[in-house]
Amino acid sequence: MDFAAVIFIQVLFAIASLALISLGLAIIFGMMRVINFAHGEFLMMGGFTTLLLSNAGMNLWVAMFVAAPLLVGLFGVVVERLIIRRLYGRIFETVLATWGLSLLMIGVASVTVGYYQSTMQAPLGSVAIGNYRESGYTFFVIAVAILVLGGVYFGLRFTRFGLLARGTMQNPAMAAALGVNTGRVYAVTFFVGSALSGLAGAVLTPLVSVSPVIGFSYIARAFITVIGGGAVALSGTISASALFGSISQFVAFATTPVVGEVALLIAAIILIRILPEGITGRFFRRGL
Amino acid sequence: MSALKRHPSLVVMFALALIFVFIVPQVTELYIINDMTVFAVMATLALSLALVWGFGGILSLGQSVFFGIGGYVYAITVLNTGESTIPILLGVVVPMAFAAVLGYFMFYGRISDIYLAVITLTVSLIFYHLIVSTSGGQWRIGKSPIGGYNGIPGLPPINVPGDPSARLGFEGKYYLSIIVLFLTYFGIRWLLATRFGRVAVSIRENEARTELIGYDARAYKLALYAIGAGVAGLAGVLYANWGGFISPVVFNIFFTAQIIVWVMVGGLGTLVGPMLAAVAIQYLVTQLGAAATSEIKAGLTIFGMRLDLKDFLDSNIILGVIFIVFKQFIPKGIVPFIRDWFSERRTHGRRQAESGSPAE
Repeated sequence: MDFAAVIFIQVLFAIASLALISLGLAIIFGMMRVINFAHGEFLMMGGFTTLLLSNAGMNLWVAMFVAAPLLVGLFGVVVERLIIRRLYGRIFETVLATWGLSLLMIGVASVTVGYYQSTMQAPLGSVAIGNYRESGYTFFVIAVAILVLGGVYFGLRFTRFGLLARGTMQNPAMAAALGVNTGRVYAVTFFVGSALSGLAGAVLTPLVSVSPVIGFSYIARAFITVIGGGAVALSGTISASALFGSISQFVAFATTPVVGEVALLIAAIILIRILPEGITGRFFRRGL
Repeated sequence: MSALKRHPSLVVMFALALIFVFIVPQVTELYIINDMTVFAVMATLALSLALVWGFGGILSLGQSVFFGIGGYVYAITVLNTGESTIPILLGVVVPMAFAAVLGYFMFYGRISDIYLAVITLTVSLIFYHLIVSTSGGQWRIGKSPIGGYNGIPGLPPINVPGDPSARLGFEGKYYLSIIVLFLTYFGIRWLLATRFGRVAVSIRENEARTELIGYDARAYKLALYAIGAGVAGLAGVLYANWGGFISPVVFNIFFTAQIIVWVMVGGLGTLVGPMLAAVAIQYLVTQLGAAATSEIKAGLTIFGMRLDLKDFLDSNIILGVIFIVFKQFIPKGIVPFIRDWFSERRTHGRRQAESGSPAE
């Protein structure tokens, strides 16, 4: 019974971390049909911001929830203005330019910060479940994921910007004709997506050892989740994280985490054969 | 002379092939021959993506996966059998089969271009993680360890079919690689001139229209993708043969990014461009790698952080800058850029002649 509870929490954690690392990418993809290939490096930037600032004496929670999202979000706005906007609508060019950005960021990070192998102790102690102990931080990550998903839902559903964003997503030309400044909607979307990526990188910092190439350990899972979810950002992320998170976690229990990742990939490839536009290409199409 | 007029590029390439096979090895030092062998292998790899992306319109970001599978399959089987003929064949066939399976799901699912780019890149990322995780003695196939991050060293060179004692030396490897490169080039030229090749190009130009004429675009794309994978696998075999060594670095993201850069810089829709770009960039990276370890003192200090110029010769930074600059300023690549420039001058000159300026 205790063992079942631990497994349940682990699966929930896998789903939550998958949702966290993918949401920023999914929001940008859903709005602009742009896949940001530098997404992993946005997460890396959030991680380094948290690590370096908290080592420099800043309060960990301030670094995690304020500094990292703000910095990465602003960086995202600059990227949108300088690279994405100039290539808008040209898919190959956008893919290649953001991928170039990814390599550039890895290079710059490794010559400036270097292979800074400082890991931090996960705060919040541990919780006893029968004979097992589970880190308190696991519950914290699950809680953050729920709050972030809830926050995005609230923002899209109930705010004025959410209304404009949904309109622009459905029909940009019509939205523009009705007086929506779609350029600004895209910029703000990119800010929000990047900030969420920064937040995800920051929240996961205590669990990983941050390095310039940490992006690679996130990016495969984030790509698969976004592709599996499809273009409707929020329901896509939730449904795909739930599906892939459970699959990879169960396989990882039975074998190793790497095989879990392979299972994730195979599941995604089969999924896109059946649902080429992802889960939300057929289900939850009118969702958020 | 009429052949030169009708197919100037074929004649020039044939002459180059003769020069590289018969003259260059006679007048060049052995260590340069050794470098040229790997350049030829990389140029072959560049051709595989030039075919798939440049002529098929399939943006495969994971072309290095097929190269790596080719190399690994060759390495594992050659260590187990000790004879290289069947391993070479497997090094071509296995990547093709893998591409056919992966391609079936991608092309028959009719996923969008951006999904295809993402999936192919993800496949290469996960292959890298998978191979790196196989360090330790329990991971072996027959007599061959997989070796995790350290890869598989000590591969015997390719031998004459049926005679394991007649192995290729440095020069033999060079001849083999350069001949394969030129045969691949002429083979692709031939393929593109066939009915199959023309349909593939027309799918790149307009998929819907080609399907309306009655061709099944999915099958053509799948076949082209598998052929490209076979070429990449063959290049992988020759790569493992060149160094006697294969490691997961070939599945690494920078390696796959390099292939994209070769095709992008050389010019999409050309074959010579990517070949030349592969050689030039490979050479540049080697030279910069040497420069980065040398004594360059330039640099600056910002916020107490010392930034040395030579650190910025980092190959990631260089690749990243090439990517972004080319996408913004020379999106078509160098060979088409030069071709456009020449044809513009020619039409410009003709226009001037037609307007009949009396000054001339």
